[in-house]
Amino acid sequence: MNIVVVGLSHKTAAVEIREKVAFAPTQMDRPLRQLVDIPDITEGVIVSTCNRVEVYATTRDMAGGIARIKRFLADYHHLSLENLEPHLYAYHGEQAIRHVFRVASSLDSMVVGEPQILGQIKTAYGYAAEFKSSGIILNRFLHKAFSVAKRVRTETKIASSAVSVAFAAVELARKIFGDLSDKTVMLIGAGEMCELAAKHFLNNGVRGVMVTNRTFERAERLAEELDGKAVRFEDLFDYLHRADIVLSSTGAPHFIMGQKDVEEVSRRRKLRPMFFIDIAVPRDIDPKVNDVENVYLYTVDDLQEVVASNLQQRAEEAKKAEGIVDEEIGQFFKWLSSLDVTPTIVALRTKFDEIRRAELEKTLASWKELPPDADKRLEALTNAMMNKLLHPPTSLLKKAGQGGRTDLYVDALRQLFELAEPEPAEEELELEE
Amino acid sequence: MNALLFYATLALYLAATVTYLAYLVKPRETLGKASRWLITVGFLAHCAFTLDRYVEAGRTPITNMHESLSFFSLSVIGVFIIFERRYKVFILGSFVTPLALLLLLASTLFPTAIMPLNPALKSKWLLVHTTMAFFGYATFAVAFGAAIMYLIQERFLKRKKLGELYRKLPSLDTLDDINYRCLTFGFPLLTFAIITGAIWAETAWGTYWSWDPKETWSLITWFVYAALLHGRLTTGWRGRKAAVLAIVGFFVVIFTFVGVNLFLSSLHSYK
Repeated sequence: MNIVVVGLSHKTAAVEIREKVAFAPTQMDRPLRQLVDIPDITEGVIVSTCNRVEVYATTRDMAGGIARIKRFLADYHHLSLENLEPHLYAYHGEQAIRHVFRVASSLDSMVVGEPQILGQIKTAYGYAAEFKSSGIILNRFLHKAFSVAKRVRTETKIASSAVSVAFAAVELARKIFGDLSDKTVMLIGAGEMCELAAKHFLNNGVRGVMVTNRTFERAERLAEELDGKAVRFEDLFDYLHRADIVLSSTGAPHFIMGQKDVEEVSRRRKLRPMFFIDIAVPRDIDPKVNDVENVYLYTVDDLQEVVASNLQQRAEEAKKAEGIVDEEIGQFFKWLSSLDVTPTIVALRTKFDEIRRAELEKTLASWKELPPDADKRLEALTNAMMNKLLHPPTSLLKKAGQGGRTDLYVDALRQLFELAEPEPAEEELELEE
Repeated sequence: MNALLFYATLALYLAATVTYLAYLVKPRETLGKASRWLITVGFLAHCAFTLDRYVEAGRTPITNMHESLSFFSLSVIGVFIIFERRYKVFILGSFVTPLALLLLLASTLFPTAIMPLNPALKSKWLLVHTTMAFFGYATFAVAFGAAIMYLIQERFLKRKKLGELYRKLPSLDTLDDINYRCLTFGFPLLTFAIITGAIWAETAWGTYWSWDPKETWSLITWFVYAALLHGRLTTGWRGRKAAVLAIVGFFVVIFTFVGVNLFLSSLHSYK
């Protein structure tokens, strides 16, 4: 049985293509049913996010299966295969396993380490499990992918640092203030970046926002949008001491505040720390403000540098993560190949024969007066019994192996008779985790 | 038995210091767990050592330099364990355990024999006065550790050098809060130690206060921390200023404790 992956992602297709191939997450039953109705496709899962659409499937006929899945993707969305095909990638065997492990671990994401993708795959798998389009192999496969992703997340620092300027600012604020829930943000000017950063701060639980602008109406409008308080620009210094975090991005041609101003503000707030973020170019805040006690000033360049070093760290952590993926591929492959029919029959026979021999030896050893030929007869007897017992399962497996599905029988046999499992049993991962 | 417990403690503190410092360089979960385990077992051994000595001597074992330094070290670790649990700042150990180790090492430089106590000093105040003083000193020691961490972290944030250590150190606010919390525990303890000392002095030597160097320096220590507490509550001496003062205060503590005993002639200069 082969695992195949067919799909496209931000790396191979622009958003104009991706949006045409996307599946509506609320109606997955129809595409999933169509997918597993394709001849030779035995199991299927469809992952559809804004950055990728991928089909994971098992098939007996690898090349044919891949071609039919491509055709399905085009037909389902009423696209021509010629137009779609250049954007599609297809993997099988070890490559397919590696691809899915990497995607789940967020190594293939646009922003490496972003955490959403794992949840999206879990949701996609949830639909497949609900509509029973995934079976023993994909179940095991995706649970394995989830546990690989978990290992990557806990054993590397791939997702531990901010990779956007706005998040970097929030992270810095956390290192200065600890808890943000009793902190107030002051927005000076109304640049887009400023607004974005303010929203990030609000999402991270700051208590409130004050907004000021040379045009008071604009301040009022933005304050309303952010559920904050508008302040007249002339009154800035009457309110500044109430702010812990100051985001500034005015169009002023020179500094709007200097060291003296901030020292005065700091005194009014009894030296409680302040965090200034100057996003304006040319700058709004005199760099000497950074020298004021308990005051920290970061410009947009400083923040970008933080982001750059975080990205570099992520790249280094990603290397470690690839190592983990490599390790886990080996393990999963062992299990997958154990589902082949022939080695299973051999293992079953060997197991039975070992038991037979052991018991026979015990009996013969404890038997004092043996009639002539007794050992040979007993040998023949036990052999015949074993063969008769093994005949139905063996022939069923062989027959199943010529067509139809064997993995279920094989897996059940291995478990029922405790045939050597190449991979240790692992805990069931919960979907909503 | 007593010596065995002492050396076990010393070995465990040494090992814990090594793992805590290694954690600074490489933050591995296993190093963290090992450090915590070592310091806890070390602390228990240290408690056992102190109790054993208490039984053997028949009095509070804080009467000479060896015993005092050892008890100081014990108090530092005890207070550290409490703060570590409360604030979940594991890395505080990397700054505090080396200090406790140094104190314990210093205690080996002094004679360890149990000497008979001057009869004038035989009093229940021995226990109360000395333990209060050392618990107070220990909270100042933890504040000292937190203050150093504060200054390091502040420097990273000011210079915008946000490396590995920056990530590991807690927020400035947490460190400042530890500093403040230590002060609110340490200051009353020090005050009580001075008061009980005065009462004890009255029963032993017939006078509450005789401007003995130890008394003078204790008063100086008290003023330093009183100033810090006052500045904090009224004019907002927080953050950097508070950290610097906590460091200065601890140096005064060390001088009051070690310097006076060794360099100045005092009624307290037991050696």
